[in-house]
Amino acid sequence: MARLINNRWAELALVTGLIVLAGLLLPSNYYFRVGALVLISAIAAVGLNLLLGFAGQVSLGHAGFVGIGAYAVALLPTHWGVPTLASIFLGAAFSGVLALAIGRPILRLKGHFLAVATLGLGILVAMVLTNEARITGGPDGMPVPRLELLGTRIRAPEAWYWIAGGTLIISIVFAQNLLNSSTGRALRALHDSEVAARAAGINVARVKGIVFSISAVYASISGSLLALLNGHITPDTASFLNSIELVTMVVLGGMGSLVGSLVGAAVLVILPQALTVFHEYEHLLLGSFIIAIMIFLRDGIVPTLRKALLERKAPEDRV
Amino acid sequence: MLAQFLQFTMSGLTVGAVYAIVGLGFTIIYNASGVLNFAQGEFVMIGGMVTVFAVAAGVPLPLAILLAIAVAAIVGVALHRLAIEPAKDASPVVLIIITIGGALVIRGIAQIVFDKQLHKLPGFSGDTPVNFMGASILPQALWVLGGSALIVTLVTLFFAKTMIGKAVLATAANRLAAQLVGVNTSVILAISFALSATIGAIAGILVTPITFTNYEVGTMLALKGFAALVLGGLGSPAGAILGGMVLGLCESLSAGYLSSTYKDAFAFLVMIAVLLVMPSGLLGKPSAERV
Repeated sequence: MARLINNRWAELALVTGLIVLAGLLLPSNYYFRVGALVLISAIAAVGLNLLLGFAGQVSLGHAGFVGIGAYAVALLPTHWGVPTLASIFLGAAFSGVLALAIGRPILRLKGHFLAVATLGLGILVAMVLTNEARITGGPDGMPVPRLELLGTRIRAPEAWYWIAGGTLIISIVFAQNLLNSSTGRALRALHDSEVAARAAGINVARVKGIVFSISAVYASISGSLLALLNGHITPDTASFLNSIELVTMVVLGGMGSLVGSLVGAAVLVILPQALTVFHEYEHLLLGSFIIAIMIFLRDGIVPTLRKALLERKAPEDRV
Repeated sequence: MLAQFLQFTMSGLTVGAVYAIVGLGFTIIYNASGVLNFAQGEFVMIGGMVTVFAVAAGVPLPLAILLAIAVAAIVGVALHRLAIEPAKDASPVVLIIITIGGALVIRGIAQIVFDKQLHKLPGFSGDTPVNFMGASILPQALWVLGGSALIVTLVTLFFAKTMIGKAVLATAANRLAAQLVGVNTSVILAISFALSATIGAIAGILVTPITFTNYEVGTMLALKGFAALVLGGLGSPAGAILGGMVLGLCESLSAGYLSSTYKDAFAFLVMIAVLLVMPSGLLGKPSAERV
């Protein structure tokens, strides 16, 4: 079992299996909606995991890119008649280029400056979305034109569940390919020792910049899907709290584990849904839960499970 | 012209003083334990909210202030004991997430114990503005500036003159060595959380008559305090104070002369620009590799 989690095909099979199984078992539209939300969040979390778990950099403003993706599919079709599909790609391209432009100068510096810069960026995006009310609708947000494919409007949560699932699987395959490419090897090298990586001729700032940019694209696509699923979007999408939720998903599931990002997303999306019963106590319970998990499952859920499995059936599995 | 400039500068210094105190609180905890405590803004919120509700319940203002400070200090120690200490070997990212979790818990409790409304306190010396060279200045602004200056002086004296202050510095320099010379580092860390919470609460009490407060004000204050800290140089108390003042001034001058809706954006842009030129902040030591 432990070895299975390590293998990339097993990883893919596991995620696909979970998506299909859950898709067949979900009883109603409400559950499909929550399921689609989990998968959509997982796409952003997988991207952020590349940055956090592999490049060792923290982004405290990733929701800013989610916001860019979300408003791309709302603004471009509404005001300029751009087709929705093209808007998704334009939003993603804009996010990627923006991340590259910010990342290049900042990532030359040693330390957690990207965290500070992204913090500023996230706030800036949320602020623009809130204040430019003439085109974004201000704090109340704006409606998102539905996606039309082959002449039919896609609005059923069930359809979005499968679209999000497919996108998540593609995202994971792409992430796996990236990690197995020369960029991925460079990432692993600089994770072990930045000095050694630099000595081996790796342009550390460039590699980190590329990963940051890719993670921004993931977040943007996730934002576009979120907007299309909900049919309405507000500046809250880009809020600091959402950025923190994304980071928490990654750390909760396990930094460096792509399956972990799905697990982390599932926990953080489903938990508040379950907690709405307690309404007044939502903040309190969510906060306590985050603290407890971070104390008792410090390496994240999936790596902790993996370690537990390894220890149980030690000899033949550890080789 | 001059009057307007004075007006903006004064309001910038007032908010800057609060950012400076939040940044100083960050620095105290960071230096002692290496934790970036994102629940720092919640101490400011506790200070304001407890005072407001105590006064509303008929407690005289000075007593209400003492009560608020005590509550914040207890929450600070509890945060350390219940959330930070059990995870002390965790990575910095995990510790940051824990403090954000702590901030959510504090906010959640405040929302239940108090309410979600905006509250204000009357100014300590009335709410009639004083005219100073054409600029009108709230007496409370002087309270904020004077109080912040006093906090900074007392904190500096605490570290320089008292045994406990020196023990905190020793713990910060090398925890193991501090333990070897008989410092109970666990108590020292709890003290630095309590101290940090105390000054945060005082800042919150002083500024509530000007800016109002509600259960949510902590988030933005923590972000601004963190920005002040980075701008001034991580780990430097004087840097945090300077950073906070610069941030406050940037904000109010850009709000006055450029655009009030994007004042926060200008503050962050200035911070990033400074970092590109001076990566270790205005007063930070050039970074050396810790082995």
